[in-house]
Amino acid sequence: MSPVVSTDNALLEVEDLRVAFAVGGREVRAVDGVTYKVEAGRTLAIIGESGSGKTVGCRAIMGLLPTGTEISGSARLRGTELIGLSDGQLRKHRGSEMAMVFQDPARSLNPTMRVGKQITEAITTHRKVSKSDARDQAIELLRLVRIPAPERRFHEYPHQLSGGMRQRVVIAMALACRPKLLIADEATTALDVTTQAQIMELLLELQQELDMALIFISHDLGLAASYADEVVVMYAGKIVEQAPAKRLFGAGGTVKMRYTRALLDAIPHLERPAHTDLPVVTGRPPDPTMLPVGCSFAPRCPSAADDCTAKAPALTEHAPGHRWACWHPCENGGTA
Amino acid sequence: MTAPVNNTAPADDQAPAGYTGDARTGKKPLLSARDLVQEFIAREAGGARGGVVQAVSGVSFDIMPGETLGIVGETGSGKSTLARAVLQAPRPKSGSVVFRDMELTRLHGRALLHARRDMQFVWQDPFGSLDPKWQVRSIVEEPLAAHSVGTRASRHKRAEELLDLVGLDPARYAKRHPREMSGGQAQRVAIARAVALEPSLLICDEAVSSLDVLIQAQVLNLFERLRRELNLSYLFIAHDLALVKQVSDRVAVMYLGKFCEVGPGESVYRQPLHPYTKALLDSIPSTEPGAARTTATLRGEPPSPVNPPSGCRFRTRCPRAADRCASEVPEPRELAPGHLVACHFPLTGPAPAESAATVVSGTGVSAPGVSGMPSTAKVQG
Repeated sequence: MSPVVSTDNALLEVEDLRVAFAVGGREVRAVDGVTYKVEAGRTLAIIGESGSGKTVGCRAIMGLLPTGTEISGSARLRGTELIGLSDGQLRKHRGSEMAMVFQDPARSLNPTMRVGKQITEAITTHRKVSKSDARDQAIELLRLVRIPAPERRFHEYPHQLSGGMRQRVVIAMALACRPKLLIADEATTALDVTTQAQIMELLLELQQELDMALIFISHDLGLAASYADEVVVMYAGKIVEQAPAKRLFGAGGTVKMRYTRALLDAIPHLERPAHTDLPVVTGRPPDPTMLPVGCSFAPRCPSAADDCTAKAPALTEHAPGHRWACWHPCENGGTA
Repeated sequence: MTAPVNNTAPADDQAPAGYTGDARTGKKPLLSARDLVQEFIAREAGGARGGVVQAVSGVSFDIMPGETLGIVGETGSGKSTLARAVLQAPRPKSGSVVFRDMELTRLHGRALLHARRDMQFVWQDPFGSLDPKWQVRSIVEEPLAAHSVGTRASRHKRAEELLDLVGLDPARYAKRHPREMSGGQAQRVAIARAVALEPSLLICDEAVSSLDVLIQAQVLNLFERLRRELNLSYLFIAHDLALVKQVSDRVAVMYLGKFCEVGPGESVYRQPLHPYTKALLDSIPSTEPGAARTTATLRGEPPSPVNPPSGCRFRTRCPRAADRCASEVPEPRELAPGHLVACHFPLTGPAPAESAATVVSGTGVSAPGVSGMPSTAKVQG
């Protein structure tokens, strides 16, 4: 164990995490000073568009970024510093203490291996168990993720399973060593709404059963509102708003950052009459090699003023537990 | 959904009530599909015949000029197969597709190519549907060249106009390759190509599903603008009911190759009649914190279309299923103006006695338009 032991009960503490790549000789600051923590049994949603750095940040914690990536800052899992560990040292934590589930279950699974074999492999990699014990544990895991007839499924290939079932298998593999932290990276994006609801329910149930911390990465604020305790909204590598879900959404929700508001407004809502235009922000996220001096959302922001382009607002705690980075935050949650 | 009266009804006859947006005005539908059936032979290891996949089993619908019909369903419900059957690629096994007074199922060769000119497609993945080696300008020009529209110079100019129409600056983007664009921009190119020949019908198969929410909103607004400016009709397919409702006049809910509910979007949302529609509505993540946790979601997965359940195909997952559902195929009934449901025990009526214990009261919808948020009613699976 590392001598540094955290003082509070946070399971994962990420502090000023920075990730930079060199692309064509230019520096891309994919993650630019991100700080958050997650407690056991709690759910954190990291929300943002493609390229906002939400995935890169989590991959940095898992040590899954290519060599040559500059990572600085700190990420402590139960007091153990993960940033700077060698691949061999990280491998002890990865899989056994923290695990990740990716978007496309078809690509996370080996198409030429029976699913049972893939799960037993995940078990035997980290634990010395006999072949038959590993098999029993794998079937138990399939049962844990609510796969019907696990003994039969154990012998099937990924292509014989539906998308939802495959994702369950991937989750079973991730849970093989009962990790304390599970990161789900767009784990339900490729699935139908009904299957998505089933998988999210499953993740939350498993989280309670195994007392895990769950981080889920998504572009869908609706998911965050429905399933998360705490929400982090990222834009161009930075956290722009961070608050408990209860504070942001629902009746009396107080969304402050204009970008969060835009994400929320752009969701097609059943209450909205057909053929009405959705409120949109124009443009797209800035080129990560040429970030603006001021607020990175200013070029797309409907209420940007001169001070927004001159100086970037810092992420500050303006209300208990609620941080935002905006010079001109929404009044009354910004609902029109 | 099979035609309620007679399953060999010629398409140019008076359409059955509810299929058309506005049957009473006597206007002719732009597209009229009747009893479309599409089946594929499933192969087992070694190529042995493994059964027949009943992908689309007797679906009928009309699309009026300027109307948008949305089709919503899960993966494997046959919604994409249905769209392709309309396009005759591949041809449906049986049924009729009448598009602008032409029976497409009987057209061949050049005649079919010519008829398809007015019916264009936008697919889910723009990078898969755009040739990576072509410049954007050539991609948008291609349909014009294929149908020999105008001269080379006029096509060039038209391509620039089209790029402008979909919100891409031709000076900046005309010479790019799809790889050099974001997903949203590439999808705009696909849309520019689709509207190049001024079609009257645009078939969108999960056209915005792979886009980020802000870009998705931009593209949805673009569809809406093109609908107004070019008087387009849409067949809009997606798995997200909220998204479909946003763009559609009428919504059809598809399950395992059949329509289980068709009706005006607002009516389907306010007063879902089919238990499956209700389940779909309940699955949409709400922006109310923790709302989803109180809602029981649909259990299980759709059965295999190789051997669909007898009677009602939804009965294996339905909280209201009774003996009758296994023995008798529910025929579509019009329970509200233009609102059809194929269910023995639609949500307006009481649950069947056999399974009443598993259904919490509150699923029955009291009065039209006041059923409130879908998450307030609770179905136990």
